[in-house]
Amino acid sequence: MIDRRTLLAGGAGLLAARPVAAALTYAITPQPVGEGLWIVRGADEPIAASNGGAIANLAIIATDAGTVLVDAGPSLRYGEQLKRVAIALTGKPVVRVYLTHLHPDHDFGSMAFAPETVAATDAFRAFPLSEHQGFGDGMYRLLGDWMRGTEFRMPGRSVPVGPEVIGGRTLRLLPLAGHSASDLALVDERSGVLIAGDLVFHDRAPSTPHADLARWKQSLATLRALPHRGVIPGHGPFDPSAHAAIDQTVAWLDWVEGALRGAVQGGLDMVEAGALPIPPRFAALKAARYELQRSVAHLYLGLEAELLPRVDQR
Amino acid sequence: MTSLRFFPLAGLLVATPAAALPDDPLQSPMWEFVGSQILGADASVRFDPRVRVVMPQIAENQRVFPVTVDARGIAGVRRIVVMIDLNPIQKAVDYQLREAEPYLSVRVKLDQRTPVRGLVQLADGSWLAGGSWIDAAGGGCSAPPVSRVKGDWAQHLGEVRGEQWTGGSGGTLRLAFRHPMDTGLVDNIPAYHLEEVTVATAGGKRVGTLQIQAATAEDPVFTLRPRTAGEELRITGRDTNGVGYAALIPAVRAR
Repeated sequence: MIDRRTLLAGGAGLLAARPVAAALTYAITPQPVGEGLWIVRGADEPIAASNGGAIANLAIIATDAGTVLVDAGPSLRYGEQLKRVAIALTGKPVVRVYLTHLHPDHDFGSMAFAPETVAATDAFRAFPLSEHQGFGDGMYRLLGDWMRGTEFRMPGRSVPVGPEVIGGRTLRLLPLAGHSASDLALVDERSGVLIAGDLVFHDRAPSTPHADLARWKQSLATLRALPHRGVIPGHGPFDPSAHAAIDQTVAWLDWVEGALRGAVQGGLDMVEAGALPIPPRFAALKAARYELQRSVAHLYLGLEAELLPRVDQR
Repeated sequence: MTSLRFFPLAGLLVATPAAALPDDPLQSPMWEFVGSQILGADASVRFDPRVRVVMPQIAENQRVFPVTVDARGIAGVRRIVVMIDLNPIQKAVDYQLREAEPYLSVRVKLDQRTPVRGLVQLADGSWLAGGSWIDAAGGGCSAPPVSRVKGDWAQHLGEVRGEQWTGGSGGTLRLAFRHPMDTGLVDNIPAYHLEEVTVATAGGKRVGTLQIQAATAEDPVFTLRPRTAGEELRITGRDTNGVGYAALIPAVRAR
Protein backbone atom coordinates (compact mmCIF):
# COMPACT_ATOMS: atom_id res chain seq x y z
CA MET A 1 0.00 0.00 0.00
CA ILE A 2 1.34 3.42 -0.91
CA ASP A 3 0.35 6.03 1.63
CA ARG A 4 0.52 9.77 1.47
CA ARG A 5 3.52 9.98 3.77
CA THR A 6 5.59 7.65 1.59
CA LEU A 7 4.65 9.64 -1.47
CA LEU A 8 5.55 12.93 0.13
CA ALA A 9 8.80 11.54 1.51
CA GLY A 10 9.64 10.05 -1.90
CA GLY A 11 8.87 13.29 -3.67
CA ALA A 12 10.81 15.43 -1.21
CA GLY A 13 13.74 13.01 -1.32
CA LEU A 14 13.81 13.18 -5.08
CA LEU A 15 13.96 16.96 -5.08
CA ALA A 16 16.57 17.15 -2.34
CA ALA A 17 18.85 14.41 -3.68
CA ARG A 18 18.82 15.40 -7.33
CA PRO A 19 18.92 19.13 -7.75
CA VAL A 20 20.64 18.90 -11.15
CA ALA A 21 20.46 16.45 -14.02
CA ALA A 22 24.22 15.84 -13.95
CA ALA A 23 23.79 13.90 -10.72
CA LEU A 24 21.87 11.13 -12.53
CA THR A 25 24.38 8.38 -13.24
CA TYR A 26 23.76 4.67 -13.69
CA ALA A 27 26.08 2.08 -12.13
CA ILE A 28 26.95 -0.19 -15.10
CA THR A 29 29.26 -3.01 -14.02
CA PRO A 30 29.79 -5.84 -16.56
CA GLN A 31 30.53 -9.25 -15.02
CA PRO A 32 32.25 -11.92 -17.19
CA VAL A 33 30.21 -15.10 -17.73
CA GLY A 34 32.15 -16.62 -20.67
CA GLU A 35 34.98 -15.86 -23.11
CA GLY A 36 34.27 -12.36 -24.41
CA LEU A 37 30.80 -12.38 -22.83
CA TRP A 38 29.53 -10.21 -19.99
CA ILE A 39 26.26 -9.73 -18.15
CA VAL A 40 25.21 -6.28 -16.91
CA ARG A 41 22.78 -6.82 -14.06
CA GLY A 42 19.66 -4.77 -13.49
CA ALA A 43 18.24 -4.14 -10.03
CA ASP A 44 15.81 -6.95 -9.07
CA GLU A 45 13.13 -4.38 -8.29
CA PRO A 46 10.13 -2.63 -9.86
CA ILE A 47 10.90 0.36 -12.12
CA ALA A 48 11.44 3.33 -9.78
CA ALA A 49 13.20 6.70 -9.63
CA SER A 50 15.65 5.12 -7.14
CA ASN A 51 17.00 2.76 -9.84
CA GLY A 52 16.46 4.97 -12.90
CA GLY A 53 14.53 2.14 -14.53
CA ALA A 54 17.67 -0.02 -14.81
CA ILE A 55 16.00 -3.25 -13.73
CA ALA A 56 16.70 -5.50 -16.74
CA ASN A 57 19.85 -7.49 -17.50
CA LEU A 58 21.71 -7.12 -20.75
CA ALA A 59 24.64 -8.84 -22.45
CA ILE A 60 27.88 -7.53 -23.99
CA ILE A 61 29.63 -9.77 -26.56
CA ALA A 62 33.14 -9.06 -27.94
CA THR A 63 33.74 -10.03 -31.58
CA ASP A 64 36.58 -9.34 -34.03
CA ALA A 65 34.29 -7.01 -35.97
CA GLY A 66 33.10 -5.00 -32.96
CA THR A 67 30.89 -5.14 -29.90
CA VAL A 68 27.44 -6.76 -29.89
CA LEU A 69 24.81 -5.86 -27.27
CA VAL A 70 21.70 -7.80 -26.41
CA ASP A 71 19.24 -5.20 -25.05
CA ALA A 72 20.25 -1.69 -24.11
CA GLY A 73 18.56 -0.50 -20.91
CA PRO A 74 15.71 1.88 -20.12
CA SER A 75 16.71 5.35 -21.38
CA LEU A 76 18.86 7.37 -23.76
CA ARG A 77 21.03 8.32 -20.77
CA TYR A 78 21.56 4.63 -19.96
CA GLY A 79 22.34 3.75 -23.57
CA GLU A 80 24.98 6.49 -23.84
CA GLN A 81 26.66 5.35 -20.63
CA LEU A 82 26.45 1.72 -21.74
CA LYS A 83 28.13 2.58 -25.04
CA ARG A 84 31.13 4.09 -23.21
CA VAL A 85 31.37 1.15 -20.79
CA ALA A 86 31.16 -1.45 -23.59
CA ILE A 87 33.77 0.25 -25.76
CA ALA A 88 36.15 0.59 -22.80
CA LEU A 89 35.64 -3.11 -22.06
CA THR A 90 36.17 -4.55 -25.55
CA GLY A 91 38.17 -1.79 -27.24
CA LYS A 92 35.80 -1.91 -30.22
CA PRO A 93 32.77 0.13 -31.30
CA VAL A 94 29.23 -1.22 -31.01
CA VAL A 95 28.27 -2.79 -34.35
CA ARG A 96 25.00 -4.48 -33.40
CA VAL A 97 22.28 -4.14 -30.76
CA TYR A 98 19.71 -6.95 -30.63
CA LEU A 99 16.47 -6.10 -28.87
CA THR A 100 14.77 -9.10 -27.24
CA HIS A 101 11.27 -7.62 -26.93
CA LEU A 102 9.22 -4.44 -26.78
CA HIS A 103 9.31 -3.65 -23.05
CA PRO A 104 10.84 -0.26 -22.24
CA ASP A 105 13.22 -1.44 -19.50
CA HIS A 106 15.04 -3.38 -22.26
CA ASP A 107 14.84 -1.29 -25.41
CA PHE A 108 14.72 2.49 -24.78
CA GLY A 109 18.51 2.61 -24.30
CA SER A 110 18.88 1.63 -27.98
CA MET A 111 18.11 5.28 -28.83
CA ALA A 112 21.83 5.93 -28.15
CA PHE A 113 22.80 3.79 -31.17
CA ALA A 114 22.45 4.34 -34.92
CA PRO A 115 19.14 2.78 -36.05
CA GLU A 116 20.87 0.66 -38.72
CA THR A 117 22.83 -1.15 -35.99
CA VAL A 118 19.70 -1.93 -33.96
CA ALA A 119 17.99 -5.22 -34.85
CA ALA A 120 14.65 -6.68 -33.83
CA THR A 121 12.21 -9.27 -35.16
CA ASP A 122 9.76 -8.31 -37.89
CA ALA A 123 6.97 -8.90 -35.36
CA PHE A 124 8.60 -6.38 -33.00
CA ARG A 125 8.96 -3.89 -35.85
CA ALA A 126 5.28 -4.34 -36.73
CA PHE A 127 4.04 -3.05 -33.34
CA PRO A 128 2.54 0.41 -33.77
CA LEU A 129 4.81 3.27 -32.78
CA SER A 130 2.02 4.57 -30.53
CA GLU A 131 2.44 1.52 -28.29
CA HIS A 132 6.11 2.38 -27.67
CA GLN A 133 5.20 6.03 -27.14
CA GLY A 134 2.65 4.92 -24.55
CA PHE A 135 5.42 3.06 -22.71
CA GLY A 136 7.50 6.23 -22.95
CA ASP A 137 4.76 8.25 -21.26
CA GLY A 138 4.68 5.75 -18.41
CA MET A 139 8.48 5.78 -18.05
CA TYR A 140 8.65 9.59 -17.97
CA ARG A 141 5.94 9.63 -15.30
CA LEU A 142 7.81 7.16 -13.10
CA LEU A 143 11.40 8.25 -13.79
CA GLY A 144 11.29 11.94 -14.66
CA ASP A 145 14.69 13.35 -15.60
CA TRP A 146 16.32 9.92 -15.97
CA MET A 147 14.38 9.74 -19.25
CA ARG A 148 15.40 13.13 -20.63
CA GLY A 149 15.77 13.09 -24.41
CA THR A 150 14.50 9.51 -24.78
CA GLU A 151 12.14 9.24 -27.72
CA PHE A 152 11.44 5.86 -29.27
CA ARG A 153 12.69 5.10 -32.79
CA MET A 154 12.00 1.83 -34.57
CA PRO A 155 14.99 -0.53 -34.94
CA GLY A 156 16.40 -0.12 -38.46
CA ARG A 157 17.33 -3.75 -39.02
CA SER A 158 15.45 -7.04 -39.14
CA VAL A 159 16.68 -10.10 -37.31
CA PRO A 160 17.45 -12.70 -40.00
CA VAL A 161 16.18 -16.25 -39.97
CA GLY A 162 18.84 -18.64 -38.72
CA PRO A 163 22.28 -17.95 -37.26
CA GLU A 164 24.21 -14.73 -37.77
CA VAL A 165 28.00 -14.60 -37.78
CA ILE A 166 29.58 -11.35 -36.56
CA GLY A 167 33.35 -11.03 -36.36
CA GLY A 168 33.86 -14.79 -36.28
CA ARG A 169 31.28 -15.34 -33.58
CA THR A 170 28.14 -17.37 -34.40
CA LEU A 171 24.91 -16.26 -32.76
CA ARG A 172 21.91 -18.57 -33.03
CA LEU A 173 18.80 -16.44 -33.20
CA LEU A 174 15.56 -17.88 -31.79
CA PRO A 175 12.44 -15.81 -32.48
CA LEU A 176 9.91 -17.06 -29.89
CA ALA A 177 6.92 -15.59 -28.02
CA GLY A 178 4.86 -15.82 -24.85
CA HIS A 179 6.30 -13.25 -22.44
CA SER A 180 5.26 -10.80 -25.15
CA ALA A 181 4.00 -11.24 -28.71
CA SER A 182 7.61 -11.47 -29.93
CA ASP A 183 10.55 -12.59 -27.78
CA LEU A 184 14.04 -13.07 -29.24
CA ALA A 185 16.48 -15.42 -27.50
CA LEU A 186 20.10 -15.99 -28.62
CA VAL A 187 22.71 -18.68 -28.08
CA ASP A 188 26.32 -17.54 -28.31
CA GLU A 189 27.94 -20.67 -29.73
CA ARG A 190 31.48 -19.90 -28.55
CA SER A 191 30.52 -19.71 -24.86
CA GLY A 192 27.44 -21.92 -25.11
CA VAL A 193 25.47 -19.35 -23.10
CA LEU A 194 21.78 -18.77 -23.76
CA ILE A 195 20.76 -15.10 -23.65
CA ALA A 196 17.08 -15.54 -22.93
CA GLY A 197 15.57 -12.07 -22.60
CA ASP A 198 12.40 -12.06 -20.49
CA LEU A 199 11.45 -15.60 -21.47
CA VAL A 200 13.54 -16.57 -18.43
CA PHE A 201 13.55 -14.93 -14.99
CA HIS A 202 15.83 -16.08 -12.17
CA ASP A 203 15.25 -15.50 -8.44
CA ARG A 204 13.00 -12.61 -9.48
CA ALA A 205 9.29 -13.16 -10.08
CA PRO A 206 8.29 -13.17 -13.78
CA SER A 207 6.10 -10.32 -15.03
CA THR A 208 3.10 -10.91 -17.28
CA PRO A 209 1.76 -7.63 -18.77
CA HIS A 210 1.58 -9.03 -22.32
CA ALA A 211 1.90 -12.70 -21.52
CA ASP A 212 0.33 -15.63 -23.32
CA LEU A 213 1.07 -18.28 -20.72
CA ALA A 214 0.60 -21.31 -23.01
CA ARG A 215 2.92 -19.89 -25.70
CA TRP A 216 5.41 -18.82 -23.03
CA LYS A 217 5.61 -22.38 -21.68
CA GLN A 218 6.05 -23.75 -25.21
CA SER A 219 8.95 -21.34 -25.71
CA LEU A 220 10.48 -22.41 -22.39
CA ALA A 221 10.27 -26.06 -23.50
CA THR A 222 12.10 -25.08 -26.70
CA LEU A 223 14.83 -23.30 -24.71
CA ARG A 224 15.15 -26.21 -22.28
CA ALA A 225 15.85 -28.60 -25.16
CA LEU A 226 18.72 -26.49 -26.56
CA PRO A 227 22.30 -27.56 -26.08
CA HIS A 228 23.56 -24.72 -23.90
CA ARG A 229 25.45 -24.19 -20.68
CA GLY A 230 24.44 -21.23 -18.58
CA VAL A 231 21.63 -18.73 -19.00
CA ILE A 232 21.58 -14.94 -18.92
CA PRO A 233 17.99 -14.31 -17.78
CA GLY A 234 16.09 -11.10 -18.49
CA HIS A 235 15.97 -10.37 -14.77
CA GLY A 236 17.90 -11.86 -11.86
CA PRO A 237 21.38 -13.40 -11.54
CA PHE A 238 23.25 -15.45 -14.18
CA ASP A 239 22.34 -19.13 -14.02
CA PRO A 240 25.54 -21.20 -14.44
CA SER A 241 23.43 -24.34 -14.90
CA ALA A 242 21.44 -25.04 -18.04
CA HIS A 243 17.99 -25.51 -16.50
CA ALA A 244 17.56 -24.06 -12.99
CA ALA A 245 16.27 -20.64 -14.07
CA ILE A 246 14.14 -22.08 -16.89
CA ASP A 247 12.54 -24.59 -14.52
CA GLN A 248 11.95 -21.90 -11.91
CA THR A 249 10.19 -19.70 -14.50
CA VAL A 250 7.97 -22.62 -15.55
CA ALA A 251 7.17 -23.42 -11.91
CA TRP A 252 6.12 -19.82 -11.16
CA LEU A 253 3.95 -19.52 -14.27
CA ASP A 254 2.28 -22.86 -13.48
CA TRP A 255 1.66 -21.79 -9.91
CA VAL A 256 0.26 -18.35 -10.81
CA GLU A 257 -2.09 -19.78 -13.40
CA GLY A 258 -3.32 -22.56 -11.10
CA ALA A 259 -3.65 -20.26 -8.09
CA LEU A 260 -5.66 -17.65 -10.00
CA ARG A 261 -7.97 -20.24 -11.57
CA GLY A 262 -8.54 -21.69 -8.10
CA ALA A 263 -9.19 -18.20 -6.73
CA VAL A 264 -11.90 -17.47 -9.30
CA GLN A 265 -13.48 -20.88 -8.72
CA GLY A 266 -13.32 -20.40 -4.95
CA GLY A 267 -15.10 -17.03 -4.95
CA LEU A 268 -12.16 -14.69 -4.33
CA ASP A 269 -12.05 -11.16 -5.72
CA MET A 270 -8.93 -9.56 -7.23
CA VAL A 271 -7.83 -8.00 -3.94
CA GLU A 272 -8.02 -11.37 -2.17
CA ALA A 273 -6.29 -13.16 -5.04
CA GLY A 274 -3.43 -10.66 -4.85
CA ALA A 275 -3.07 -11.47 -1.15
CA LEU A 276 -2.84 -15.28 -1.64
CA PRO A 277 0.03 -16.86 0.28
CA ILE A 278 3.12 -17.37 -1.89
CA PRO A 279 4.49 -20.94 -1.47
CA PRO A 280 7.77 -21.20 0.49
CA ARG A 281 9.49 -22.77 -2.56
CA PHE A 282 9.39 -19.28 -4.14
CA ALA A 283 11.02 -17.59 -1.12
CA ALA A 284 14.13 -16.76 -3.19
CA LEU A 285 12.12 -14.83 -5.80
CA LYS A 286 12.38 -11.07 -5.40
CA ALA A 287 9.30 -8.88 -6.11
CA ALA A 288 7.04 -11.94 -5.79
CA ARG A 289 4.07 -10.18 -4.13
CA TYR A 290 4.37 -7.24 -6.52
CA GLU A 291 4.34 -9.47 -9.60
CA LEU A 292 1.52 -11.67 -8.26
CA GLN A 293 -0.65 -8.56 -7.86
CA ARG A 294 0.32 -7.40 -11.35
CA SER A 295 -0.54 -10.83 -12.76
CA VAL A 296 -3.95 -10.62 -11.05
CA ALA A 297 -4.51 -7.33 -12.92
CA HIS A 298 -3.36 -8.90 -16.21
CA LEU A 299 -5.12 -12.28 -16.03
CA TYR A 300 -8.11 -12.17 -13.67
CA LEU A 301 -10.72 -10.60 -15.95
CA GLY A 302 -10.07 -13.24 -18.60
CA LEU A 303 -10.30 -16.04 -16.06
CA GLU A 304 -13.60 -14.70 -14.66
CA ALA A 305 -15.08 -14.52 -18.16
CA GLU A 306 -13.98 -18.12 -18.68
CA LEU A 307 -14.89 -19.63 -15.31
CA LEU A 308 -17.87 -17.79 -13.81
CA PRO A 309 -21.16 -19.19 -15.17
CA ARG A 310 -23.67 -17.07 -17.10
CA VAL A 311 -26.68 -16.43 -14.88
CA ASP A 312 -28.68 -13.79 -16.80
CA GLN A 313 -32.24 -14.54 -17.80
CA ARG A 314 -32.76 -12.63 -21.01
CA MET B 1 -24.83 46.54 23.11
CA THR B 2 -27.01 44.31 20.99
CA SER B 3 -24.68 44.25 18.01
CA LEU B 4 -21.73 43.34 20.23
CA ARG B 5 -23.64 40.42 21.65
CA PHE B 6 -24.63 39.09 18.24
CA PHE B 7 -21.20 39.36 16.70
CA PRO B 8 -19.65 36.22 18.22
CA LEU B 9 -22.87 34.30 17.61
CA ALA B 10 -22.89 35.27 13.93
CA GLY B 11 -19.31 34.12 13.68
CA LEU B 12 -20.28 30.76 15.14
CA LEU B 13 -23.13 30.27 12.67
CA VAL B 14 -20.89 30.92 9.70
CA ALA B 15 -18.10 28.69 10.99
CA THR B 16 -20.22 25.68 11.97
CA PRO B 17 -20.92 24.07 8.57
CA ALA B 18 -17.28 24.27 7.43
CA ALA B 19 -16.07 22.76 10.70
CA ALA B 20 -18.48 19.81 10.58
CA LEU B 21 -16.18 17.48 8.66
CA PRO B 22 -13.12 16.47 10.71
CA ASP B 23 -9.57 17.11 9.53
CA ASP B 24 -8.55 14.57 6.95
CA PRO B 25 -5.69 12.27 8.01
CA LEU B 26 -4.92 11.77 4.29
CA GLN B 27 -4.63 15.57 3.82
CA SER B 28 -6.60 15.42 0.58
CA PRO B 29 -7.02 18.80 -1.14
CA MET B 30 -10.62 17.84 -1.98
CA TRP B 31 -11.83 16.18 1.23
CA GLU B 32 -13.92 19.04 2.52
CA PHE B 33 -15.56 19.77 -0.83
CA VAL B 34 -16.15 16.20 -2.01
CA GLY B 35 -16.92 14.91 1.47
CA SER B 36 -19.60 17.53 2.02
CA GLN B 37 -21.06 16.96 -1.46
CA ILE B 38 -21.39 13.22 -0.96
CA LEU B 39 -22.10 12.99 2.78
CA GLY B 40 -23.58 16.43 3.42
CA ALA B 41 -21.82 19.42 4.96
CA ASP B 42 -23.29 18.69 8.39
CA ALA B 43 -22.60 14.94 8.33
CA SER B 44 -21.09 13.39 11.43
CA VAL B 45 -17.89 11.68 10.28
CA ARG B 46 -15.16 9.91 12.23
CA PHE B 47 -12.02 8.31 10.80
CA ASP B 48 -11.88 4.75 12.10
CA PRO B 49 -9.23 2.08 11.35
CA ARG B 50 -11.93 -0.61 11.57
CA VAL B 51 -13.10 0.54 8.14
CA ARG B 52 -10.53 -1.51 6.24
CA VAL B 53 -9.96 -0.36 2.67
CA VAL B 54 -7.84 -3.05 1.01
CA MET B 55 -6.16 -2.43 -2.36
CA PRO B 56 -3.17 -3.75 -4.34
CA GLN B 57 0.25 -2.08 -3.79
CA ILE B 58 0.15 -0.43 -7.21
CA ALA B 59 -2.48 0.54 -9.78
CA GLU B 60 -1.31 -1.73 -12.58
CA ASN B 61 -4.40 -0.82 -14.61
CA GLN B 62 -5.95 2.57 -13.87
CA ARG B 63 -9.15 1.56 -15.69
CA VAL B 64 -9.74 -1.51 -13.50
CA PHE B 65 -8.50 -0.98 -9.96
CA PRO B 66 -9.86 -3.39 -7.34
CA VAL B 67 -10.96 -1.99 -3.97
CA THR B 68 -12.40 -3.91 -1.02
CA VAL B 69 -14.16 -2.17 1.88
CA ASP B 70 -14.35 -4.54 4.83
CA ALA B 71 -16.23 -3.16 7.84
CA ARG B 72 -17.09 -6.53 9.40
CA GLY B 73 -15.47 -5.36 12.62
CA ILE B 74 -18.25 -2.77 13.06
CA ALA B 75 -21.82 -3.53 14.21
CA GLY B 76 -24.87 -1.94 12.62
CA VAL B 77 -23.47 -0.81 9.25
CA ARG B 78 -26.31 0.16 6.88
CA ARG B 79 -24.50 1.58 3.90
CA ILE B 80 -21.06 1.56 2.23
CA VAL B 81 -19.85 4.28 -0.17
CA VAL B 82 -16.65 4.04 -2.21
CA MET B 83 -15.27 7.53 -2.88
CA ILE B 84 -12.27 8.62 -4.97
CA ASP B 85 -11.42 12.22 -4.09
CA LEU B 86 -9.50 13.31 -7.19
CA ASN B 87 -11.57 11.58 -9.85
CA PRO B 88 -13.86 13.68 -12.06
CA ILE B 89 -16.60 11.32 -10.81
CA GLN B 90 -15.87 10.87 -7.12
CA LYS B 91 -18.54 8.40 -6.00
CA ALA B 92 -18.13 4.95 -7.55
CA VAL B 93 -20.80 3.01 -5.69
CA ASP B 94 -23.29 3.48 -2.88
CA TYR B 95 -24.35 0.14 -1.34
CA GLN B 96 -27.36 -0.04 0.97
CA LEU B 97 -27.13 -3.39 2.70
CA ARG B 98 -29.78 -5.37 4.57
CA GLU B 99 -29.23 -9.15 4.88
CA ALA B 100 -25.47 -8.87 4.32
CA GLU B 101 -22.17 -8.47 6.11
CA PRO B 102 -20.67 -4.97 5.75
CA TYR B 103 -18.28 -5.94 2.97
CA LEU B 104 -17.99 -4.79 -0.64
CA SER B 105 -15.47 -5.42 -3.40
CA VAL B 106 -15.63 -3.29 -6.55
CA ARG B 107 -13.33 -2.19 -9.37
CA VAL B 108 -12.97 1.48 -10.04
CA LYS B 109 -11.37 3.88 -12.49
CA LEU B 110 -8.56 6.16 -11.33
CA ASP B 111 -7.84 9.41 -13.14
CA GLN B 112 -4.67 10.29 -11.20
CA ARG B 113 -2.93 9.74 -7.86
CA THR B 114 -5.75 10.04 -5.34
CA PRO B 115 -7.17 9.01 -1.98
CA VAL B 116 -9.53 6.04 -2.24
CA ARG B 117 -11.99 5.86 0.64
CA GLY B 118 -14.53 3.55 2.15
CA LEU B 119 -17.31 5.40 4.01
CA VAL B 120 -19.75 3.39 6.10
CA GLN B 121 -22.98 4.71 7.58
CA LEU B 122 -24.39 3.47 10.86
CA ALA B 123 -28.07 3.26 11.91
CA ASP B 124 -27.87 6.68 13.63
CA GLY B 125 -26.87 8.28 10.31
CA SER B 126 -23.26 8.96 11.29
CA TRP B 127 -20.34 7.89 9.09
CA LEU B 128 -17.05 6.09 9.72
CA ALA B 129 -14.27 6.55 7.17
CA GLY B 130 -11.12 4.68 6.10
CA GLY B 131 -8.83 4.64 3.09
CA SER B 132 -5.43 5.55 1.71
CA TRP B 133 -3.65 7.16 -1.22
CA ILE B 134 -2.90 5.24 -4.38
CA ASP B 135 -0.57 6.36 -7.16
CA ALA B 136 -1.95 5.99 -10.68
CA ALA B 137 -1.25 7.03 -14.24
CA GLY B 138 -3.88 9.34 -15.69
CA GLY B 139 -6.74 8.60 -18.01
CA GLY B 140 -8.82 6.00 -16.18
CA CYS B 141 -11.98 8.07 -16.63
CA SER B 142 -11.15 9.76 -19.92
CA ALA B 143 -10.07 6.84 -22.12
CA PRO B 144 -12.71 4.99 -24.16
CA PRO B 145 -13.78 1.59 -22.80
CA VAL B 146 -12.26 -1.51 -24.41
CA SER B 147 -15.68 -2.64 -25.70
CA ARG B 148 -16.19 0.75 -27.43
CA VAL B 149 -12.83 0.40 -29.18
CA LYS B 150 -13.71 -3.18 -30.13
CA GLY B 151 -17.22 -2.09 -31.04
CA ASP B 152 -19.00 -5.11 -29.55
CA TRP B 153 -20.42 -3.51 -26.39
CA ALA B 154 -24.05 -3.57 -27.54
CA GLN B 155 -23.96 -7.32 -28.21
CA HIS B 156 -23.17 -7.99 -24.56
CA LEU B 157 -25.55 -5.61 -22.74
CA GLY B 158 -27.56 -7.54 -20.20
CA GLU B 159 -25.05 -10.35 -19.77
CA VAL B 160 -24.39 -11.35 -16.18
CA ARG B 161 -22.00 -13.93 -14.79
CA GLY B 162 -22.07 -14.92 -11.16
CA GLU B 163 -21.91 -17.51 -8.47
CA GLN B 164 -22.41 -17.80 -4.74
CA TRP B 165 -20.45 -19.77 -2.17
CA THR B 166 -21.09 -20.62 1.47
CA GLY B 167 -18.43 -21.71 3.88
CA GLY B 168 -16.79 -21.20 7.22
CA SER B 169 -16.63 -17.42 6.92
CA GLY B 170 -20.22 -17.01 5.71
CA GLY B 171 -21.65 -16.41 2.26
CA THR B 172 -20.01 -14.86 -0.78
CA LEU B 173 -21.80 -13.58 -3.89
CA ARG B 174 -19.88 -12.50 -6.95
CA LEU B 175 -21.61 -10.72 -9.85
CA ALA B 176 -20.03 -9.64 -13.14
CA PHE B 177 -22.06 -7.43 -15.51
CA ARG B 178 -21.17 -6.54 -19.10
CA HIS B 179 -21.51 -2.78 -19.56
CA PRO B 180 -19.28 -0.10 -21.20
CA MET B 181 -19.78 2.25 -18.19
CA ASP B 182 -19.23 5.39 -20.26
CA THR B 183 -18.20 8.36 -18.13
CA GLY B 184 -19.31 11.06 -20.57
CA LEU B 185 -15.72 12.37 -20.51
CA VAL B 186 -14.67 10.77 -23.80
CA ASP B 187 -15.28 12.68 -27.06
CA ASN B 188 -18.65 11.93 -28.66
CA ILE B 189 -19.63 9.21 -26.16
CA PRO B 190 -22.32 10.41 -23.74
CA ALA B 191 -22.48 9.13 -20.17
CA TYR B 192 -24.09 5.70 -20.07
CA HIS B 193 -23.74 3.31 -17.16
CA LEU B 194 -25.25 0.59 -15.04
CA GLU B 195 -27.22 2.52 -12.45
CA GLU B 196 -28.88 0.23 -9.92
CA VAL B 197 -28.66 -3.44 -8.92
CA THR B 198 -30.77 -5.14 -6.25
CA VAL B 199 -30.11 -8.59 -4.77
CA ALA B 200 -32.93 -10.41 -2.95
CA THR B 201 -34.19 -13.91 -2.15
CA ALA B 202 -37.24 -15.40 -3.87
CA GLY B 203 -39.13 -14.69 -0.66
CA GLY B 204 -38.30 -11.01 -0.92
CA LYS B 205 -35.57 -10.76 1.71
CA ARG B 206 -33.29 -8.01 0.41
CA VAL B 207 -29.52 -8.55 0.55
CA GLY B 208 -28.93 -5.01 -0.63
CA THR B 209 -29.09 -2.40 -3.38
CA LEU B 210 -26.13 -0.91 -5.23
CA GLN B 211 -26.35 2.60 -6.71
CA ILE B 212 -23.61 2.72 -9.31
CA GLN B 213 -21.85 5.55 -11.12
CA ALA B 214 -19.46 5.53 -14.07
CA ALA B 215 -16.37 5.74 -11.82
CA THR B 216 -17.00 2.00 -11.49
CA ALA B 217 -14.87 0.09 -14.02
CA GLU B 218 -16.15 -1.17 -17.37
CA ASP B 219 -17.87 -4.56 -17.02
CA PRO B 220 -18.58 -4.02 -13.30
CA VAL B 221 -17.82 -6.82 -10.86
CA PHE B 222 -19.11 -6.82 -7.28
CA THR B 223 -18.46 -9.12 -4.35
CA LEU B 224 -21.00 -9.06 -1.50
CA ARG B 225 -21.35 -11.17 1.65
CA PRO B 226 -25.04 -12.19 1.93
CA ARG B 227 -26.47 -13.52 5.18
CA THR B 228 -29.04 -15.62 3.34
CA ALA B 229 -27.44 -19.04 3.93
CA GLY B 230 -27.03 -19.97 0.28
CA GLU B 231 -30.69 -19.45 -0.68
CA GLU B 232 -31.42 -18.79 -4.37
CA LEU B 233 -30.82 -15.11 -5.15
CA ARG B 234 -32.56 -12.92 -7.71
CA ILE B 235 -30.67 -10.06 -9.29
CA THR B 236 -32.45 -7.16 -10.92
CA GLY B 237 -30.87 -4.05 -12.34
CA ARG B 238 -31.09 -1.31 -14.94
CA ASP B 239 -28.81 1.10 -16.71
CA THR B 240 -29.23 4.80 -17.45
CA ASN B 241 -30.95 4.04 -20.78
CA GLY B 242 -33.50 1.80 -19.06
CA VAL B 243 -31.97 -1.48 -20.24
CA GLY B 244 -32.92 -4.10 -17.66
CA TYR B 245 -30.71 -6.78 -16.13
CA ALA B 246 -32.15 -9.95 -14.56
CA ALA B 247 -30.27 -12.96 -13.23
CA LEU B 248 -30.79 -15.94 -10.99
CA ILE B 249 -28.06 -17.34 -8.72
CA PRO B 250 -28.90 -20.93 -7.80
CA ALA B 251 -29.04 -22.00 -4.18
CA VAL B 252 -25.97 -23.64 -2.64
CA ARG B 253 -25.59 -25.70 0.51
CA ALA B 254 -23.03 -24.93 3.16
CA ARG B 255 -19.84 -26.93 2.61
